[in-house]
Amino acid sequence: MLKQCEGSHAVAEAVALCRPEVICAYPISPQTHIVEGIGEMVKDGSLKDCEFINVESEFAAMSVAIGSSAAGARTYTATASQGLLYMVEAVYNASGLGLPIVMTVANRAIGAPINIWNDHSDSLSQRDCGWIQLFAETNQEALDLHIQAFKLAEEVSLPVMVCMDGFILTHAYERVDMPTQEQVDAYLPPYEPRQVLDTAEPVSIGAMVGPEAFMEVRYLAHARQMQALERIPQLAAEFKSVFGREAGGLVRPYCCEDAETIVIAMGSVLGTLKDTVDQLRDAGQKIGVLGITSFRPFPLVAVAAALKNCKRFVVLEKSLAVGIGGIVATNVRMAVTGMGLKGYTVIAGLGGRAITVKSLGGMLEKAHADALELVTFLDLDWKAVNKQLELEKTKRRSGPVAEALLRHAGIVGARNY
Amino acid sequence: MSAQQTVKFYQTGTFTVGNRLLAPEERSVQANMQRTNSINSGHRACQGCGEALGARYAIDAAMNATNRQLIAANATGCLEVFSTPYPETSWQIPWIHSLFGNTAAVGTGIAAAIKVKRQKGELKEDVRVVAQGGDGGTTDIGFGCLSGMFERNDDVLYICYDNGGYMNTGVQRSSATPPAARTATTMPVGPEPGNPFGQGKFVPAIAMAHEIPYVATATVADLRDLEAKVTKAMGMRGARYIHILVPCPLGWGTASHDTIRMARLAKETGIFPVFEAEYGEIKSALAIRRQLPVEEYLRPQKRYAHLFGKQPAVATIARIQAIADKNIRKYGLLAAQGQ
Repeated sequence: MLKQCEGSHAVAEAVALCRPEVICAYPISPQTHIVEGIGEMVKDGSLKDCEFINVESEFAAMSVAIGSSAAGARTYTATASQGLLYMVEAVYNASGLGLPIVMTVANRAIGAPINIWNDHSDSLSQRDCGWIQLFAETNQEALDLHIQAFKLAEEVSLPVMVCMDGFILTHAYERVDMPTQEQVDAYLPPYEPRQVLDTAEPVSIGAMVGPEAFMEVRYLAHARQMQALERIPQLAAEFKSVFGREAGGLVRPYCCEDAETIVIAMGSVLGTLKDTVDQLRDAGQKIGVLGITSFRPFPLVAVAAALKNCKRFVVLEKSLAVGIGGIVATNVRMAVTGMGLKGYTVIAGLGGRAITVKSLGGMLEKAHADALELVTFLDLDWKAVNKQLELEKTKRRSGPVAEALLRHAGIVGARNY
Repeated sequence: MSAQQTVKFYQTGTFTVGNRLLAPEERSVQANMQRTNSINSGHRACQGCGEALGARYAIDAAMNATNRQLIAANATGCLEVFSTPYPETSWQIPWIHSLFGNTAAVGTGIAAAIKVKRQKGELKEDVRVVAQGGDGGTTDIGFGCLSGMFERNDDVLYICYDNGGYMNTGVQRSSATPPAARTATTMPVGPEPGNPFGQGKFVPAIAMAHEIPYVATATVADLRDLEAKVTKAMGMRGARYIHILVPCPLGWGTASHDTIRMARLAKETGIFPVFEAEYGEIKSALAIRRQLPVEEYLRPQKRYAHLFGKQPAVATIARIQAIADKNIRKYGLLAAQGQ
């Protein structure tokens, strides 16, 4: 059914259609509307046979999820930013135990300085935590990926993060096609756990494992992600046959066949990139876009295949590996090892900095002419940065950095990006 | 191995196992040859481990009280490590270890899953949940999750095995370490040797402040009392808390054969008050039969050896005596005033 709704509410409804049995909620912007939506559905009885638990921290949220998933319940939670960091120990534990929890990450920057706006620092900080990470481009895809996520998680016994851009998607009202319960039931079978806390067949879960078997346990986690790499495109195809639309998969190429330059990105910025590339193509520049939907497992082969005919690639990412440059870029470089491509990293949109068609267009033209620096910070206020660096050279007690830069920026509303 | 295996009944005596001369319904859970033996023999606990003893009694009693429909969540710590040396496990019941600080929340999750599965008719049995950990996993790192579980009144019995420190990592101080005690991080050096006075916390009292249905303390010296409290707790719903004093020969510097004696001395001196509370109100206390000076409890423990050197730390011992006296007054522990 077509409807106009907030991204968070679309996800809340999609999760409810997946018949979750335990949901833990702890508020953190910008994911709050999702759990608020589900909480209301549980309370008014429209979502039946589901326990909604208001916990005291994100660490508890993931821990309750671990308990309920190990006891055989389909389990969901949502978080973002500091919340994801606060639960990290339990995040690793959930994947280590092979528990198929599904969690929305409403992507948001990590402090300090505290910032509630969108970038990908939070989930990308968890790139090695053993969870599958799927990135949504639109609200429709966020909705659809949640339905696929439960199926994928439960098939391979691994937890899945569905990452959607905070505010840009979570708070945007868009048209979405909401599936029916019958469709979701046809696609998503009931959860059949590989391991469960069952009094009829007692097992010990989470026992101590020493050097004699630890490597093997870790390898099996990797093997499961490799299984997911195979299953993700199949699940997308099965999804299309039931719901009639494309969603998910590993990567999504746009105008890549004849492209000399391919820009790679994840999440909602792909829409802006495609608009930009349309304009550049009109001007005769052969540029394509490659969207990465599955960041973990990382589709090395699919990325390499999409880049096989190009001359250079640009990785545009909303994250920064401080001290080296890009996170996604590092992964892409591994995919294209030996292909002799020029590669550029563009850090953009940190802390919600708007990524405009104008800035992207200028950057891509430069890249297309091989005139871009290897690591570029898109729309960085060099004047402000240099002023602060200069101050720090001359004054020992230069004071808090964030405060100095805010003073330099002046009234935010008056700023012209 | 079947959880219902028949165990060999080789212990004798009346105090620890239960008197076989009693009528069957009055006998202890441990005296029953059909007891579940939830924590099977062969684990790697130290000789004389109070925690292993307390946990065996507590979990077997909980199994007995729940018609063997019990799932346990376990914090990181001695109990977890010594019971699951890969590839073996001592646990004859469904058991999960997740992390050090989240056991109460894991218990909440299991209880929530059971509730839904029962609603849906997918689970016939009334399966119950115990979460358990040491004092570090309970009073320190797990305290947030514990308080959350209490506050929501989740249907979990949480059992804390309190041996007064981080014994698994090499005897460091926890917020349950008593004043003046030597640990690896409160060494008996300087002008105020051992753990400082006036710090730490008594979690049973904090549990009571949550006004949960049931809070109790127990020691491994009164195992029938422990069994009775676990049985009572499993007959109730909502958040319940039992705090068991479990002497640690390694951490306390006591003889392995003195574990039960040390627990009894802790109770008989008033150092550790043994009581029950319901909905935030004390309901009963185990009376001290003959009050003993704290020195009798302190002296056998090497963690207090610095108090008994050439010049005994009279003032420090007096401060500890004052704590015991206060417990006796506060909880009405002397037989004459016992409830």
